[in-house]
Amino acid sequence: MSEYLAQLLDISKSFPGVKALDHVNFDLRPGEVHALVGENGSGKSTLVKILSGVYTKDEGTILINGEETVFPNPRAAQDKGICIIHQELNLCRHLSIAENMYLGREPKKILFLDQKKQIEDAQAILDRLNVDLDPTTRVGDLTVSKQQMVEIGKAISTNARIIIMDEPTSALTVKEIDELFTIINVLKREGHGIIYISHRLEELAAIADRVTIIRDGQHIATLNYEDTDQEAIIRYMVGRELKEKFPRVPTNPGKTIFEVKNLSAGRAVKDVSFSVREGEILGIAGLMGAGRTETIRAIFGADPKDGGQVFLHGKEISIHRPLEAIETGVFCVPEDRKKDGLCISMPVYQNVTLPNMEMVTDRGVVNTAKEVAMASATINELSIRTPGVGQTVKNLSGGNQQKVVVGKWLVKPAKVILFDEPTRGIDVGAKVDIYNLMNELKKQGIGVVFVSSELPEILGMADRIVVMCEGRVTADLDASEANQEVIMQYATQYM
Amino acid sequence: MNQTAVEPKIRTGKKLSRQATQLISTAIALLALVVVFTLSNPNFISMMNILNILKQASPIIIIAIGQTFVLITAGIDLSIGSVIACSGIVAAICMRAGWPVLIAILIGLLFGVAVGAINGLLIVYGKLPPFIATMGTMTTVRGLALFLTQGIPIGNLPKGFTQIGTQRTWNIPNQVFIMVILALIFGFILAKTKTGRYTYAMGSNYEATRLSGVNVNRTLITVYMFSGFLAAWAGMIMTANVISAAPTAGDGYEMDAVASSVIGGASTLGGEGLIPGTVLGALVIATLRNGLNLSGASPFIQKIIIGIVIITAVFIDRFRRND
Ligand SMILES: Nc1ncnc2c1ncn2[C@@H]1O[C@H](COP(=O)(O)OP(=O)(O)OP(=O)(O)O)[C@@H](O)[C@H]1O
Ligand SMILES: [Mg+2]
Repeated sequence: MSEYLAQLLDISKSFPGVKALDHVNFDLRPGEVHALVGENGSGKSTLVKILSGVYTKDEGTILINGEETVFPNPRAAQDKGICIIHQELNLCRHLSIAENMYLGREPKKILFLDQKKQIEDAQAILDRLNVDLDPTTRVGDLTVSKQQMVEIGKAISTNARIIIMDEPTSALTVKEIDELFTIINVLKREGHGIIYISHRLEELAAIADRVTIIRDGQHIATLNYEDTDQEAIIRYMVGRELKEKFPRVPTNPGKTIFEVKNLSAGRAVKDVSFSVREGEILGIAGLMGAGRTETIRAIFGADPKDGGQVFLHGKEISIHRPLEAIETGVFCVPEDRKKDGLCISMPVYQNVTLPNMEMVTDRGVVNTAKEVAMASATINELSIRTPGVGQTVKNLSGGNQQKVVVGKWLVKPAKVILFDEPTRGIDVGAKVDIYNLMNELKKQGIGVVFVSSELPEILGMADRIVVMCEGRVTADLDASEANQEVIMQYATQYM
Repeated sequence: MNQTAVEPKIRTGKKLSRQATQLISTAIALLALVVVFTLSNPNFISMMNILNILKQASPIIIIAIGQTFVLITAGIDLSIGSVIACSGIVAAICMRAGWPVLIAILIGLLFGVAVGAINGLLIVYGKLPPFIATMGTMTTVRGLALFLTQGIPIGNLPKGFTQIGTQRTWNIPNQVFIMVILALIFGFILAKTKTGRYTYAMGSNYEATRLSGVNVNRTLITVYMFSGFLAAWAGMIMTANVISAAPTAGDGYEMDAVASSVIGGASTLGGEGLIPGTVLGALVIATLRNGLNLSGASPFIQKIIIGIVIITAVFIDRFRRND
């Protein structure tokens, strides 16, 4: 028996125009959490996709329990006890928890499905994880975090020894993250090895035993977590000192730019009012499901409003469709990049120009040279890592896709920009770039609304913080009065 | 149509864009057919036969262009075949009433545009799935064609009209000219204009496109109007060609249009398709029909073979895409 569950030796992988991995080494012991960190596009997802059979390596060796192995496809990796939980969850929403866990390997009695055994087995696994869920619940009715628990349950039901989590916490709230960590600790005790990818470096302190840093597809260091700290990791990641994590600039708030009065929409938004002043960033905090995204969508005209008024520079505006919002200068960077933000099968430049077509067309005819120029400027401004403007967005790393979503709204002049979780999946260095961009907008007198579930960044960047709970505004705080405890208290006021 | 010419300048990191490889492989398939049929029957490659193929292919190419637009938006237009018949009948009725040919043609084309607009409105505001909406208009319009003619073809059309389908200019059939002009115009719209870009974007991700401020309703209705307009053109050509407007004309043509688009690289899941590809795809089908005819294969066998070709083409494409 080898000391390692898995060893990846000298792994290289190229995509057309990109060397994603360049002789990278990585290993995993039983009962440990080995964190994998690096900038956007540094090759983290590629490395774990090679270990889980999604991609095949160009060079190098994979040892599983000391034996050399090749994975022609994901199935082969699964048979060797390797399971990957992608950031985009792969569950069937209309099936139950139990059905999802045993999809494709349902227990059978002669020819028929053994429903009872399937439910019992699923229950046993949920119990083992200490998750309080009924296995017959439809997965579509669960929150993202619970769906993730189901994915983990599915992983251990296949007897996976190696569990890979690619950015599992980017869509979770603080409390849900705690639940996830509890489960990870259970898995550790049971001797599973866990590979953990995240851009939330502060999480590593709670769970990581070792950490490997890669940069530009190269292995930079592997350290015991106790021998290092966040600053050192960041230094390894970006190759330089990061001066400030939250580059706040002083404010001198002027008159009100944008105001929302008594907005209600659907069941999730009830009588919401807030305003944004010139020269400030307005943060909106709250737990997942507090109605922040629904509020933003209703303002932007993505969903219908049931009541309330919206004012821009003191004049009431009526927005029924995103088209009208954009015409009046109100833009929205949506929360879910795959669903709402990107045409994933189209090239980078066409995604950047989509909301800005009038700037790159002459009487309806597209001027490709102008398009390329516009996209190149965005790529430079946000340091989007791509072999060219023509690369299909699908082939970008998660964080770089997110930058495209943000970038497409920074081209034409705005009056108000509603950012919904703009830094999701973005690395530490690039987050600072986005914060600086928001600062720049605020200096230009553009209203900045900043929704985020990461309290540190709200506290670090917002000048004023509106807290929401159960569809209502529960507090409107000055940055100086706000801290983690106060916000959490208002965020759970009605719970 | 210039999409492939522009693409290489935009570095994709790939050697050739997927679309370019698709075009090349459809062209190779077409070439292979030509070689095989020429070997089995030297008459196949004669100028006359080639012009004949182009003439036969013209209406299919024209409707396939419209269907390509629709498929790219992840929709489908089943009403095409009925519009072919009914637009011809509408024009024929006008001409028999003594109206000038040009006006009659214009009214026939407007009829097609109107049906397209109804399709679009049903889909956008009625929230009907495209399959259902256009299946409804397919039946309704076919019924209208039968009702207007009482089931009897309308003949005796003025010569000024029938020469569209029977005469040649510089020895090339007139409908081939019309087809080429329409292909150029709509190829340009799809590849080089805002409307074309929005068409692709809606098929790639409708919600993201809507949230980007694109007037998705208007674009979708426009796309179905294009399809109706082009189907009406096919109706004019076919009516002129057989010198009468038959209520049963164009039956099943919507499926030929889908097949041509798909062989040429369009995806029924939306987001993909090129006019040059569709033109080649329609030529593949027309060449296959013509070649099999020349070699004396029965129409039944032809159906079997064309069906297999469609499935193979899509299968090869899927296989390559997973690579
Ligand atoms: N299928 C693909 N085709 C082409 N290039 C790809 C493909 N997958 C990844 N790449 C490229 O490989 C590089 C590494 O990507 P990877 O997804 O591994 O990054 P990552 O470290 O996971 O980044 P992030 O933190 O943004 O998720 C990137 O430059 C990316 O553009
Ligand atoms: Mg990644």
